[in-house]
Parts: sequence; C-alpha cells; structure tokens
Amino acid sequence: MRGNVAGDGGLAFAVRRRRKPGAFRVYWTLARAGFKRQAQYKLAMFAGLFTNCVFGFVRAAVMVAAVRAAGDFGGYDEGTIGAYVWLSQALLGATQFMGPQIDLVDRIKTGDVAIDFLRPIDVQLGYLATDMGRAACTFLPRGVPSIAIGAATFGLSMPSTPVAYLLGLISVLLAVALSFLCLFAVALIGFWVVEIRGIRVLYQIVGTFLAGLFVPVHMFPDWLRVVAMSTPFPSILQAPIDTLSGRAAGTDALIIVVLQGFWVLVIGLLGRVLLRAGQRRLEVQGG
Amino acid sequence: MAEPDSARVVAGTWFTPYLAVLRSRVKAQQVYRLSFATEVFSAFLIGLVEFAEVWVIFHNVKTLGGLDVDAALLLFGLSNTSFALAQVAVGHLDSLPSMIRMGTLDAYHLRPQPLLLQLVTSDISLRRLARAAVAVIVLGIGLWRNDIDWGIAPVTLIVITLISGIALFCGLFVCAAGLQFFLIDGAELTNSFTYGGSFAAMQPASVFPTPLKLLFGFAIPVAFTAYVPTIALLGLPGPPLLPAWSAWLTPLAAAWVWLLASAAWRVGTRHYQGGGG
Repeated sequence: MRGNVAGDGGLAFAVRRRRKPGAFRVYWTLARAGFKRQAQYKLAMFAGLFTNCVFGFVRAAVMVAAVRAAGDFGGYDEGTIGAYVWLSQALLGATQFMGPQIDLVDRIKTGDVAIDFLRPIDVQLGYLATDMGRAACTFLPRGVPSIAIGAATFGLSMPSTPVAYLLGLISVLLAVALSFLCLFAVALIGFWVVEIRGIRVLYQIVGTFLAGLFVPVHMFPDWLRVVAMSTPFPSILQAPIDTLSGRAAGTDALIIVVLQGFWVLVIGLLGRVLLRAGQRRLEVQGG
Repeated sequence: MAEPDSARVVAGTWFTPYLAVLRSRVKAQQVYRLSFATEVFSAFLIGLVEFAEVWVIFHNVKTLGGLDVDAALLLFGLSNTSFALAQVAVGHLDSLPSMIRMGTLDAYHLRPQPLLLQLVTSDISLRRLARAAVAVIVLGIGLWRNDIDWGIAPVTLIVITLISGIALFCGLFVCAAGLQFFLIDGAELTNSFTYGGSFAAMQPASVFPTPLKLLFGFAIPVAFTAYVPTIALLGLPGPPLLPAWSAWLTPLAAAWVWLLASAAWRVGTRHYQGGGG
C-alpha cells in the first residue's frame, strides 16, 4: 500500500517534470477559458452590477453623511469617500469575497481533485490562471460600469497621472491573485474536515470587514487597524482602492504594492504546503 | 400496547409532517458537533462584525442622520433582530436556484403539500440563532441606554415592530425565491433587496437622498422595521417623508411586502417547468 502511494506520487512528479518551456501558454489558455466561461453568464453579470449599485448607493449615502458630520473622517472628503465606496463595489466581483465557493471545494469533497493532481500542470497555478481570467471578465462588465455610475451620481475624485493608474492596475492584479490564493488555501482545509461551510463563512465575514469593505481600514481605532494590517485582507481591497484612487501616491503607493506582493508570496506558499499535505492525505485515503 | 401511540401519530394535524421534518433537522445539525460548533461561532461573528461596522462609524462621528450612538444601538438592534430571526425561519430559500439547477426541487412537487411550506420547513438553521442573539443583546442595550418614556404605547410599538419586521423580511425572502424561477443565472439580483434591504434597514434613513428614501420607505419599506420606530420611541421628529407617527403603520408595510411576495411566488411557481429530470 505504502509503496503504491509513493509510486503514484512519483508518476505524478514525473509527468509534471515533462512540462515543456511553453508552460506559460497553457496558463494563458486557462485564463482565456476562465474569461470565456464567465462571459456565458450575461444575466449573472447584470445581476451582480445591479446589486453592487444598490449597496453602493446606500453605502455612499451613509459615508457621505458621516464625512459631513465628522470634522475629520480619516482624511476623507466627499469626493474621496465616494471613490472609496464605488471602487470597493467595483472590485467586489473580481475579488470574489461574496461569490460562490470555488470549484475546488466540491472537487476535494468528491475526490475529483485526484484527477487535477495527475494533470501535467501545477494545480495551484492552473486554478489561479483560470480565476484571473474569470476576474478580468467581471471587471469589465461589472467593475467599470459601477465606477461610472458612482462618478455620475456622486462625483468621485480620481487621480490624474498615468503612473497612478499603472500602479493601480498592478495593485488590482495582485489583489485578485491574493484573493484567489486565500480562497484556495481555505478550500484546501476540506482535505481535513468534511464540511467547510462554517470556515468559509468565517473567512468571508471577517475578511470583508478587515479588508475595509464596510468602513475604510483608515477609520479603524488603532488596535483594530494593527489587527487588520497583520492579515492579508487589507491588501485585497483597501490597498487597490488606495492606489487606484490616488489616496496613496508615489513611494506610499509603491510600498503598498510591495506589501501586496509579500502577501501573495506568503499565502501562495501556504497554499502549496497545504496542497502537498492534502495530496498525501488524499492518496492514503484513496489507495 | 403500542398501537394507540402510533395511531395517534398517524392521526396528527396538518402540521405533523412538518413538525417531524423540523425535529429531524434540529437533530441532524447536532450530530457533527465540530462542524455545528464552527458554524454557530461563525454566525455569532457575523452578528459581531455587523455591529462593529456601526461601532467603527460612531467611533469617528458623534451623530449620523440625527442619531447618536445610543440611538444607533436601538436602530441596529431592531433591524437586525427582525432580519436574523427571519433568516432562521426562511433564509435557506436562498438555495432555491441550486435546487432548480440540480433538479432536486421536483421531488418536492411530488408531495401533496404546499411547496412553500415544504421548503420553509426543509432546513431551519439553528446556527443562525447565534447571529440573532447578538442582535437581541444589542437591542437590549439600546432599550436600556436610551431615554424612552416607558408605558403601554412604547412596549406595544416594540412588539408590533418586531413581529412586523420579521414578517416583512420573511416576505422579502419569499419574494426573492419567487423571482428565482426566472433568474436562475441572475440569482444575485434579489440580494439587492434581501441583504441590501437588511443593510439599508440598519442605516438612519434620514441620510438617504430622496430616491433611496422612496425605495426603502415605500417600495421595499425596510425603513419601517427599525428607523421609523426608533425615531418614534425616542420622540424625534424624523424626515418629512417618514414622520415618527408612521411607525404604527409597520404592519401595513409588512402586508405590502407579503402582497408582493405572494404575487412573485405564484407567478414563479406557475412559470416553473421542472428540472427536466
């Protein structure tokens, strides 16, 4: 039994080793497939946009009132708080905090994930590429109109330099990748527990709060801000909002992006360790 | 000896089958203790985090929309108690799109009982009571910290508000479920008035621009579940569109939502053609 397990592992390893230098093209194809699949759900996109906007209107109304009532609301004024609200609504679809659980959860439960392990591509990077494609397809029909509607109704202040937008774009890409890597790591817990619904809800609710979805992280009392900043969550939402809205510019923006990169590496590595351990466990179970 | 017993079970009321299902649900949820414990803890944290959102805003401002932090506790307590309890009762109607997609809904159609009643009793989530607990505690603190002129009228108003509020949110969930028959891919659309409604109900409606006041005051009247009763209890005047005295009209708001819900449910179930199984 044990020998058999090692043999299978060795085979999978050998298959993976045979990867050609053109691996990038495989991931590019996966990303495009993710994009195309998402593009099928036209009504879902409209539904997402509509719901984003309803929440956006309510949140913006409350936040603008709060800015007016407070003398100093974390350095926000009406224009910048509007940008914060609408950018966060725009990024929600891409970062998938509120979305359905990722496919991997079911594949672990049913054991289909074993097939993923046999494929000659890296499981984590393969899923990541597909999700980046999906995210790109939510950002265009859902994110951009959200920002446009916010700009039309509330008047957002946005930066005027191309550098800010370039950094913002990199920041958004890192945020989407980080968000997925976190969901991936959460899904892998399924190797050890039967039902991860409770854990996922926990991740969703604590994550969105600490990411700064409801109230900007800058508004947190000091101790809570320290707690938030020691987690990857602000890098998923507050960071891309700050760089894209121009709240953080120049060196500050650069530091934010570097910090996001740091979290991508840490959570990515955590995912790989969990995946390895889960793979061993799965093979012991499945023989 | 055992015969009379079983005979009595067979001859139960119309509700007996539902009661049996509910009892089995309650038992089933307690079997996987660890899973149940994490879910209860998660639900408790949801309540806590929702409260933290309100708390962080009032950490930065003194008053919002004419309400101070004590009034905000009352607002949060009222709206969230109603919503959380409605979610315990019917929140699982949310899973209707996946039931339609998987074809599992058809099984319910085969049984000689009303579909909605079957679905409602199909899954009562005990874990969600933990979220309601947070809301009830906040409501208690809100009632204690505010300067309410206690008497028959405020007590009656609170009871009417809670009952109507629960009914109103239940109606919104049913309304959403009825629309799911048309919106299988676009299920998220209805989140805008179920979860969006609950979110809007937690805010002081006085900060809303007029279109939002009309939307959440009259079309989807969630403002009646908490904001209007709050200003009535505190003796505040309230904005022109939503005067304090209208708090007594909350049952009417719930009735309006149920009118919408029953229409949506009827149209939806008639439209449903089966899962093709």
